[in-house]
Amino acid sequence: MAAQYPALQVVLALLAAPVCLILRRPNAAWAVATVITWISLALALSLLGRVWETGVILYPMGDWAAPWGIEYQIDTVNAFMLVIVTLIGSVVMPFARASVEAEIEEERIYLFYCMYLLNLAGLLGIAITGDVFNLFVFLEISSLSSYVMISLGRDKRALTAAYRYLVIGTIGATFYIIGVGMMYMTTGSLNMADLAAILPAVADSRTVLVALGFLTVGLGLKLALFPLHLWLPNAYAYAPSAVTVFLAATGTKVAVYAFIRIFFTVFGGVEIFTAGVIPQILAVLAALAMIGASAVAIYQTDVKRLLAYSSIAQIGYMVLGISMVTVTGLAGTIVHLFNHAIMKGGLFMAMGCILFKIGAVQLDQFEGLGKRMPVTMAAFVAGGFSLIGVPLTVGFVSKWYLVQAALEKGWWLAVAAILASSLLAVIYIWRVVEVAYFRPPPKGSAEVSEAPLSMLVPLWILIGASYYFGIDATQTLDIAFAAAETLFAPPL
Amino acid sequence: MTVELAILLAVAVPFAGAVLIPLTGAKPNLRETVTLVCAALLFYLVSVIYPIVAAGGVPEVYLFEMLPGLSVFFLVEPLGLIFAGIASFLWIATSVYSIGYMRGHNEENQTRFYAYFAIALGAAMGVAFAGNMLTLFIFYEVLTLSTFPLVAHSGTDEAKRAGRVYLGVLLGTSIGFQLLAIIWTWSLTGTLDFTDGGILAGKADGLTAGILLALYIFGIGKAALMPFHRWLPAAMVAPTPVSALLHAVAVVKAGVFTVVKVVVYIFGIDFLFDIGVSEWLQYMAAATILIASLVAMTKDNLKARLAYSTVSQLSYVILGAMLVTDLGIIGSGMHIAMHAFGKITLFFCAGAFMVAAHKTEISQMRGIGHAMPFTTLAFFIGSLSVIGLPPMGGLWSKWYLALGTLETGKLWLLGVLMVSSLLNVAYLLPIPFRGFFSSPEENPPLKSSHNHDSEHDHTHDQDRPKGIKEAPVACLIAIGVTSAGCLVLFFYPDPVYDLMRQIVAP
Repeated sequence: MAAQYPALQVVLALLAAPVCLILRRPNAAWAVATVITWISLALALSLLGRVWETGVILYPMGDWAAPWGIEYQIDTVNAFMLVIVTLIGSVVMPFARASVEAEIEEERIYLFYCMYLLNLAGLLGIAITGDVFNLFVFLEISSLSSYVMISLGRDKRALTAAYRYLVIGTIGATFYIIGVGMMYMTTGSLNMADLAAILPAVADSRTVLVALGFLTVGLGLKLALFPLHLWLPNAYAYAPSAVTVFLAATGTKVAVYAFIRIFFTVFGGVEIFTAGVIPQILAVLAALAMIGASAVAIYQTDVKRLLAYSSIAQIGYMVLGISMVTVTGLAGTIVHLFNHAIMKGGLFMAMGCILFKIGAVQLDQFEGLGKRMPVTMAAFVAGGFSLIGVPLTVGFVSKWYLVQAALEKGWWLAVAAILASSLLAVIYIWRVVEVAYFRPPPKGSAEVSEAPLSMLVPLWILIGASYYFGIDATQTLDIAFAAAETLFAPPL
Repeated sequence: MTVELAILLAVAVPFAGAVLIPLTGAKPNLRETVTLVCAALLFYLVSVIYPIVAAGGVPEVYLFEMLPGLSVFFLVEPLGLIFAGIASFLWIATSVYSIGYMRGHNEENQTRFYAYFAIALGAAMGVAFAGNMLTLFIFYEVLTLSTFPLVAHSGTDEAKRAGRVYLGVLLGTSIGFQLLAIIWTWSLTGTLDFTDGGILAGKADGLTAGILLALYIFGIGKAALMPFHRWLPAAMVAPTPVSALLHAVAVVKAGVFTVVKVVVYIFGIDFLFDIGVSEWLQYMAAATILIASLVAMTKDNLKARLAYSTVSQLSYVILGAMLVTDLGIIGSGMHIAMHAFGKITLFFCAGAFMVAAHKTEISQMRGIGHAMPFTTLAFFIGSLSVIGLPPMGGLWSKWYLALGTLETGKLWLLGVLMVSSLLNVAYLLPIPFRGFFSSPEENPPLKSSHNHDSEHDHTHDQDRPKGIKEAPVACLIAIGVTSAGCLVLFFYPDPVYDLMRQIVAP
């Protein structure tokens, strides 16, 4: 049984999705989605445990041997990704029940759970597969389902946001598959490990170089690398809260993972980093994202959009870590994948609680929220500290390693960008804090009125986690460093 | 009780108090009892630790590993003990004072006030006992964030603006410079532990060490070295007990304490002396001493004047540290203690003037000694200590700082200290003198209804009190204790001196 875990990891969620469609009842669909997510978390944890103890797990799908069949290849990097995705899903599900009821029309709720499960399957598939074409398939599953989820929002603008994401996302997917096609043309293989072995021999060809270009842009669109981020702010801002939480915490993270996988595993044998200008380009884009998006965040009046821009900045941190091409830098990126997932998930959950009670997340609506929703706002402030990078939060841990990595490289401008971006975070978080705590509540508003416990508990679980893993970061860092070293190790 | 337990409790007690205070918030008397008990308990705990450290022990308490190879732990060495002792003792005095002040002044949100106050004290203890730079930084930031609600306590637009400046400067410097310096030190040396003789010697060349030193000194924004001093005057919108304990003692002393700590235990006096990169920072400190004193003279608002005086006095400590000589370091450490007692007395008096006579502007305080003789006398005592005249403790720290400048052979630095003392005389002593020897009728009429200080609600010169009208008794007790402290430290500065002696000559 345990041998089949890699397949079950994806298949369970994939098969459960149509079940929701058949059940149609919101509560039943919710129950299915929750149970499946929790089982997936258990599977992911056991896979991580096995990888940690015995090393890479290879799982040929349907017993078709690689490189002809699809092979799942699980090492520390993607086992960690599986845990991140399922962990966030497991916390989001209890939260989603009340939040979705408030934000999605009742007859469509089962669709949300159906799409959520497809999305989960897609994200897990991207993380687990060792095949570049299979990755494309899962990328599309996750993307298509997320377009639908975003458009479920009551706000009419959700439709245009989803449409915009659809157009940009499809371009991204197309670019990716063109890149894969070119690689297949030159190597005749789609298996990552196989590609890694063949590519060095044919790396001089222009086709491979162009393929890399297409892959980079394609995945860059998916992970919202500046300036390919235009789909993200509206998609996050107008999607139902539960969707935003899940997508913000997992969607772009998995795309970052795919990016790392292509660059470090598939092209691991090719010296694309040492020879070309790719690291410099990535570093510059990352720095622009960190500074630019943070600066834009300051001027947002919609707090969800503010957090969305902050996400673009945080993705900049991750890309910066990648661009350094050192173990420390990559470990910083990987640990930030996790850290950012929990802190931003928590912050968007706070938005969900506020939407649930107040019905809007415009900055003006935050007047007196410190008194009206003390528990939620306290969570927002605590999560905001993490974004700033106050010590004892996970944000501090990520920042520490990224700064250290930049210092090791002697990249002073990168150091400056990281620290400047933190300071900009102080400003945009504090704008919200001042409105919430210093302005009196509008007249006629109820004294204290909090979101239900089913939302507050998941919220505080994520916020608590962002302190727990900030106070004792040894476990996450051990995994991140092991993962980074795996990526630098020569291919199997 | 073992000393390890005492150390842990010393940090934990204020935080526990911060939890208990909101729970007892409905009953003000019980709430204030919690504060007082915590303060007393804290001072007792520090006094348990004292004999062990005085006998040369360096008790250590390991907490947890935060990053691989980098742990959070406490280690009590003499300098930290001095800081902890002062902060904990003065917390008692301030708590007593607060009760009189906050009630006399009818402040709102008193529960929140006492709770964050307790957190700030806990953070100050953490800074004092930090065993490495990471631990120190954690509590340093907690101190910044926990004092923000105190600065912005009144919630007015002015308080909000001040809060922004406060947070902007303190977080900006600590994240922008200090954190960078810390991570840089870590990547150079692989440790952040406070070690006798420093950790950078042999690991960093002169240029790197010079840049690092600048990053540390300016990154410790709480030390208020110009040009990063703006937050301190801005913080004066806070209620007076906050200005007194936090912005004359805990917060600012945490800043200069960190400076001395970094110089002694991260760089090492010998290493820093050899590479000679601290000289330009002596100039910066000297400039801050003089400029801030001059600015203080122009301020008519008493708290603003005291704030600039604090900026100036803090740079004495920085100057002493930058001399990197034994006597300079001793002077620095002693000045942390001596200035604390002097300045807190002055702030207490300023608050008393405000509560009892509703006066915030110095030009309105002629003849105030007739109505408030006790407070005005205490102000005189505090002034003498800050100036550094006998028979006040402030003499000793200036004495050693002066000797330190002589040790380096830089006579002009001695000149700076002397000129500054004269400036102190000029901006402090007229206040009690005019208070006693002028009559209230000589006060000029108020220029406009606009008042500099937001706390100042109603100035009615017409209903000037006849006869003696002092501040609430609780305030007077506190003032009496701290001004007596200034005197005691003149006759009995030995504990502080001996502890500092241990640092430079172990």
